[in-house]
Amino acid sequence: MATQHSRTAARAMMAPAVVLLLGWMLVPLIMTLYFSFKKYLPLRGGDLGWVGFDNYVRFVSSSSFWPSVQTTLLIVGAVLVITIALGVLLALLLDQPMFGQGIVRILVIAPFFVMPTVSALIWKNMFMDANYGLFAYLWEFFGAEPVAWMSQASIQSIIMIVSWQWLPFATLILLTAIQSLDSEQLEASEMDGATTLKRFWHIVLPHLSRAITVVLLIQTIFLLSIFAEIFVTTGGAFGSKTLTYLIFQRVLESQNVGLGSAGGVYAIILANIVAIFLMRIVGKNLDK
Amino acid sequence: MGKIVLNQVTKSFGDTQVIPPLDLTIEDGEFTVFVGPSGCGKSTLLRLIAGLEDVSSGSIEIAGREATQLKPAQRELAMVFQSYALYPHMSVRKNIAFPLKMAKMDKAEIDRRVESAADILNLTDYLERRPGQLSGGQRQRVAIGRAIVREPSAFLFDEPLSNLDAALRVGMRLEISELHKRLSTTMIYVTHDQVEAMTMATKIVVLRAGVIEQVGSPLELYNTPRNRFVAGFIGSPKMNFIEGALAAEHDAHCIGIRPEHIDVSATEGSIQGTINVSEHLGSDTFFHVNCEALNTTLTVRVDGEVGFNRGDTVFLTPKSDLIHRFDEQGLRL
Repeated sequence: MATQHSRTAARAMMAPAVVLLLGWMLVPLIMTLYFSFKKYLPLRGGDLGWVGFDNYVRFVSSSSFWPSVQTTLLIVGAVLVITIALGVLLALLLDQPMFGQGIVRILVIAPFFVMPTVSALIWKNMFMDANYGLFAYLWEFFGAEPVAWMSQASIQSIIMIVSWQWLPFATLILLTAIQSLDSEQLEASEMDGATTLKRFWHIVLPHLSRAITVVLLIQTIFLLSIFAEIFVTTGGAFGSKTLTYLIFQRVLESQNVGLGSAGGVYAIILANIVAIFLMRIVGKNLDK
Repeated sequence: MGKIVLNQVTKSFGDTQVIPPLDLTIEDGEFTVFVGPSGCGKSTLLRLIAGLEDVSSGSIEIAGREATQLKPAQRELAMVFQSYALYPHMSVRKNIAFPLKMAKMDKAEIDRRVESAADILNLTDYLERRPGQLSGGQRQRVAIGRAIVREPSAFLFDEPLSNLDAALRVGMRLEISELHKRLSTTMIYVTHDQVEAMTMATKIVVLRAGVIEQVGSPLELYNTPRNRFVAGFIGSPKMNFIEGALAAEHDAHCIGIRPEHIDVSATEGSIQGTINVSEHLGSDTFFHVNCEALNTTLTVRVDGEVGFNRGDTVFLTPKSDLIHRFDEQGLRL
């Protein structure tokens, strides 16, 4: 009886939070769906009535749609590869005993605390500016022609900036995973004749697989919606327009809420496809 | 083949020397047990032999080869760790095959060896499972399997039974002893449990603070311990030590009497005392007898069914030919 009562009480007490969160999620979702079936132009007549799937057809048939999906996947994929590869290496490095370990670890995490807008602006102005950026000086020092990063290598620039932001996150999670590796396992493999490289491949990496999976999942969720980094650097020009950015342009620059909402629904579908795809791989990994 | 010689080996961690210069020879085929209280350096010594730690000075020779500078894998030794150190993401088969795969042995030979090891250790039905799905005893056997497939010149065991429950420990003890008979390969076994040492070893090395206190067969150590430390460490329950007048009667600073070498009587004997605690094990009974005249408590081991209880006054008589005598430094007289 006691458990029955406390269970009921627990449900009652959780209810406000659940309802609030549910509302928080459902209201925007339903509004997006609602607007996506309307011709709604705030500065050109407002609500102009139902148009069925017109917005959906127009959004997909726009010449910017497929390039923006490609750009999104390219950026997400590249950032994931870079952060996980470098994250594993950095974690291995930070796991070594060294002088000032605590301070170094805090410094490594620091980029994660910098706001995306700020870090993107710093990269854009301090490093990547073709005239007075540090990279320009570096290129000139070696006698090379400075690169106009934002226009000549816009996607690469954004990948670099976003990777820099997310590397600490990956490193941190992978570092804790490495620290939980039983040292006797490494010693056993050493006795078994495994070289350092083979030890990494057969023992360390499999041990990290679960942490890598977690990093992959969490980062994907956040990377699919990066916006600030693009907004303050290229402004979506030079092929750096992601799906998120395209939706922003449709809603705010073209002042077409209906069209943007339809794009939003596509973004939800894309995110879910990626999520299901990931969960398939990840689920296998987490079961172990 | 598997003779191991340590020559003036030392080990220091920073400024602390944990193993002062030490000489030890382990003959081929011997089951040698390093035993001692925790922190006595027995595991360190094993890791020095394995190559997982580097010696600070001195040399190690394994199977007739100078091995001091060799990497662990090149020493042709196999080790079973306290935590078993199985690879959790690999099946039992892959775990056992791992050292062979690292040695780039061909597939057919690997399969043959794994099957035969699994057969010896009764693991055939579990080859496709992962370590997480096995019981403690089975994991232990997989760890041993991973060691025997390499056909090493010696096996090293680092407290392999300490994670098992008491009943399983007795079983595994037997299995390891049988394995030693079957393979007759040199084995070095580290434990803090003197019962394991006594039951399995052909040679026991008693260590204290990195120093070898005595080397010998189990019965040598039991019958003629070289000093008080060995006398107190080997044998269960512990040997009783008596100093003072009674020891002087025997021309010694201290005498030691094992609990099983004391006769108990209700009426006559040389030492009078009161039973403080009695522990009935069924086959044996241990009495902790408070002897006021000696100002100490003596442990006595008697048969399972004796008519004494807590609080009874008893008379104890040590068997005079089985008394161990020690001088002021604790050395045997």
